[in-house]
Amino acid sequence: MEQLQLKKVDIIFGWDEKLTPIDVYDKTIKKSPDSVILDMIDSGLKGRGGAGFPTGLKWKFTRNEDSAEKYVICNADEGEPGTFKDREILDRVPEKVLAGMAICAYVIGAKEGYIYVRGEYNFLLKGLQKKVDIFNKQLQERKVDFTIYLRSGSGAYVCGEESALFESMEGKRGEPRNKPPYPTVAGYNSKPTVINNVETLVYTSEICRMGPEKFKALGTFDSRGSKVFSVSGDTPIAGIYELELGMQLKDFVEEFADGDAKAVQIGGASGHCVPRKKFNETVIGFEGIPTGGSMMIFNSTRSMYNVLHDYLEFFTEESCGQCTPCRVGCQQLLKGIEAVKKGEKPPSYLEDLKKLTLTMKIAAKCGLGQSVANPFISIVDNFKEEIIY
Amino acid sequence: MTNTENLILDLVEKHGRERNSLMPILQGVVSQEKFLSEEAMIAIARELDLSAADVYGTASFYTFLDTVPRGKNIIRVCKTISCHMRNKDEIIGVLEDQLKIKVGETTHDKRFTLLTANCLGWCHKGPVMLVNDEVYPEVTPQKAIEIVEEFMKKNN
Amino acid sequence: MVNLKINNIAISVEEGTTVLDAAKRLNFRIPTLCNHPDLSVAGNCRVCVVEIKGARLLAASCATPVSEGMEVFTNSEKVRIARKHVVELLLSEHNSDCTKCFKNGHCELQELASEYRIGDHVFLDLVKSKDKIQDISSPSIVKDNSKCIRCQRCVRTCAELQAVSALAVVHKGNHQSISTFLNKPMNDVVCTNCGQCINRCPTGALTERNYIEEVWNAIYDPKKFVVVETAPATRVALGEDLGIDVGSRVTGKMVSALKKMGFNKVLDTDFTADLTIMEEGTELLTRLKKVIVDKDETVKLPMMTSCSPGWIKFQEHMFPGMLDNLSTCKSPQQMFGALAKTYYADKVNIKAENMVVVSIMPCTAKKFECNRPEMRDSGFKDVDYVLTTRELAMMVKQAGIDFDKLEDDHYDSILGESTGAAVIFGATGGVMEAALRTAYELVTGHEVPFTNLNIKPVRGIEGVKEASIKIKNTVPAWSFLEGVELNVAVAHGLANAKKLMESIEKGETNYHFIEIMGCPGGCIGGGGQPIPTSPEIRRKRTDAIYAEDMGMTLRKSHENPEVTEVYKDYLGAPLGHKSHELLHTHYKARKRY
Repeated sequence: MEQLQLKKVDIIFGWDEKLTPIDVYDKTIKKSPDSVILDMIDSGLKGRGGAGFPTGLKWKFTRNEDSAEKYVICNADEGEPGTFKDREILDRVPEKVLAGMAICAYVIGAKEGYIYVRGEYNFLLKGLQKKVDIFNKQLQERKVDFTIYLRSGSGAYVCGEESALFESMEGKRGEPRNKPPYPTVAGYNSKPTVINNVETLVYTSEICRMGPEKFKALGTFDSRGSKVFSVSGDTPIAGIYELELGMQLKDFVEEFADGDAKAVQIGGASGHCVPRKKFNETVIGFEGIPTGGSMMIFNSTRSMYNVLHDYLEFFTEESCGQCTPCRVGCQQLLKGIEAVKKGEKPPSYLEDLKKLTLTMKIAAKCGLGQSVANPFISIVDNFKEEIIY
Repeated sequence: MTNTENLILDLVEKHGRERNSLMPILQGVVSQEKFLSEEAMIAIARELDLSAADVYGTASFYTFLDTVPRGKNIIRVCKTISCHMRNKDEIIGVLEDQLKIKVGETTHDKRFTLLTANCLGWCHKGPVMLVNDEVYPEVTPQKAIEIVEEFMKKNN
Repeated sequence: MVNLKINNIAISVEEGTTVLDAAKRLNFRIPTLCNHPDLSVAGNCRVCVVEIKGARLLAASCATPVSEGMEVFTNSEKVRIARKHVVELLLSEHNSDCTKCFKNGHCELQELASEYRIGDHVFLDLVKSKDKIQDISSPSIVKDNSKCIRCQRCVRTCAELQAVSALAVVHKGNHQSISTFLNKPMNDVVCTNCGQCINRCPTGALTERNYIEEVWNAIYDPKKFVVVETAPATRVALGEDLGIDVGSRVTGKMVSALKKMGFNKVLDTDFTADLTIMEEGTELLTRLKKVIVDKDETVKLPMMTSCSPGWIKFQEHMFPGMLDNLSTCKSPQQMFGALAKTYYADKVNIKAENMVVVSIMPCTAKKFECNRPEMRDSGFKDVDYVLTTRELAMMVKQAGIDFDKLEDDHYDSILGESTGAAVIFGATGGVMEAALRTAYELVTGHEVPFTNLNIKPVRGIEGVKEASIKIKNTVPAWSFLEGVELNVAVAHGLANAKKLMESIEKGETNYHFIEIMGCPGGCIGGGGQPIPTSPEIRRKRTDAIYAEDMGMTLRKSHENPEVTEVYKDYLGAPLGHKSHELLHTHYKARKRY
């Protein structure tokens, strides 16, 4: 592998023999829950699943809820096309995830925790269960009243949406709920719930290990810390990389692309497509284009029509189907670009479809429908010729 | 009592009769029987005091909880963008030829079902396929054939 | 109280109020589709979206509670565009062949499309040809997926109000649809035919199987003698579909219209409602005697009413172990049919084979009931066609009758006389009240000890109602009942019925007699009644039913002179041989899943 120019970080997969995850847990619970929350807030950690909600606040809100029953849930329903980091984390450093969950449970006062692993990762379950059993035993030995359980999905992208995930865990169709109430108030079993992405939970335990300062020192003002990126597409070095947030896209492309990149899809199918001419001005992070980690590179041999078509087909099938803008909107977008391609609709129809995505963006019930506008508009605007002809 | 009913009783025993147990029970049946038969869904509905339509509605939401008969081995080839870019079509083509079925179909001997799947989470190692719960990244047409041959040889 | 502004107008509402309801108070109407006053909030159609100042997303006003300082805009540019898009999208997956639709003119989607002047479809037509095949397997309900807009009102109705869940949302994404178990035909699943889904379907996806043409054909057929019977609850609701206010009593106009339409005789199901009381009241007393005096363990208590065919089918599916508790009495509709083609046919000198019995019902399950194989005791199909209140309204319109201007007319005789006890069959608790009015008097010789005969404890909208009456001063024949506390219960809507049945099954109760009606509010809220429905509309119909009762000279079934006559002339005595032959039936266990 080439020497990377970008600042590579080794927090997530690194292993501190002197301070293993359970040691971090032991060390952390010597502090008060409120001071752990302050550390989280101070670190600037935002959710790594894509939405970027400040983790410390999420924990604080849930802690403040008055309820005898609360839950910690690890969202391992990693389904965003182009994202594969959570699988790697669960495979390689599950102890860190478990420690993060236990710390969270300590902070908010939860007795049960769940890891919801997507069905596509069923092969992970056996190994993971062993680690969970060991960890649960360690907690038992410490007389800690917190137990972690595994739950698995069965092939439904939308279950990565937190309220859909709760529905699924409750034995129902994975249909997102109306918000409010938010999970911090009424999540799993309608009880206050912290639901964090796999990677986020690892960072929480790492922040407890190394202190918020070291974490904060990485990244930029708006995007503190580092992030695990899943790099795929037209790159000779596809894989998983932990990098500082706030980097320039042009640096990323220089590092990872094959020299012929014409576009990068940041944030998966639901993210944004950045064309070559905007590589220079694009920052990866909350101040620019945020991502759950997916970085997919397309070189000049690729048809952006096919890319968009794939994405739309994906959303059409994976929409839960309950709300009109998403269920029907996705089908209209997919059939719409096909009709334009075939000449059955004029090129100007793409403008009608763009307006439709703007409605989806503000009127769909959940993030799935709301985000279809991102790939649609960014691909259609930047690669109009490829879509039409 | 039939095997299916026994299986469901075992699963109910293990996971409980709450609605919250529905997913693990459905998954337990599928892992044994590959799909949810009418008999299975009715038995589950009875045990959990749900309507059969409700069980069917829930199961059919999830791609992996098939409600139509499937073969003993289910092959799912990822069809999403990065696997598409790495020639998943070629993989599907050789599997169709080898198994003499089209995507969505099951072989006459009920040993194989060939399906496509949305992103399986191996975009850096596409094309990828699942056979049952096992994952096979970076498959080539040749490797795909060999993998299936292995399953054919196995006495199942 | 929470203070907010809607379209710049300040308002204060209770905490927990939705934005939709708050706007309503300021007379801002926000369109809705998936929302329904009888059902839980779904928030999935997105037609009720509004803009909230400072929020990135539009909010579904039906699902968003107000909050302090909120500033809402119900008709901003963003809202209008989004709402129009939503309507356009719904139309694109909807078979918009409105002129051929049974719900033409009564469709909430059509109304919205018209309101928003949706012209040529902007979007592509997504209706799948396979969805255009209607499911007409059920004699009661037609399901047309091509008209479905996935609002899930039917699914919530079937689950929340009826505890049946014959319908469910299945699959996801572009394959999502509303379906039965494994997409089986409607007549092959646990559907009770109650039609509550129809009452709440905003489009033509769920409608009654209509028999309008068949009935006209019978009327026009010179060889046929067409007799029509009208159920109690139709007379307080028909007007709603013919431009008259909710809660109006239109009995006389309805009779007049039916005569003008060409029915040979216009008769009343209320007559057989009174007859039902005679049979069922006697059956109850007989059961009590067998249990109390004879200690006959094969006789089951509590006895359960059997007037509601939705409830009957529900019990056959869900509680087949308790079928012996059901009264063996046929419903008033079927008693009518059986008597019409025997006793009545003789009286009017018409051959039964030339007689057509049409019944006007607030009910869709009645369509199923008249097709049950047991319902042919006259030697013919006892009731030939069942029309809903809605279908009758359509026929009145087709006949060019200006309903509002009609003079009141009277039912024909015989089989047209009735009492107030019969008309209250139309409301939940009514059968119980009618039965008590008669049974109590039969046993004690005195009227029931309630002011004006109004047995208030069994009335009203509460899901499960209970009452106890102490029997005192019995006449000698019933002296074994002296001092007995008669315990009764009443439930309406099948979800409530299920609760009541479960507590009976567990042995937690001590009832002698229970009344169950399949529909919320009883027959006034039946699946064949005018659409829309709501608690408020049902309350008004109920008030009208009790007003009708108070307006009657005779208010106890046993005082109906025609009932006395039919026993004298033909039936002999209640539960007599002839009664058994014509007026009683049996039930069959059906599969639970």
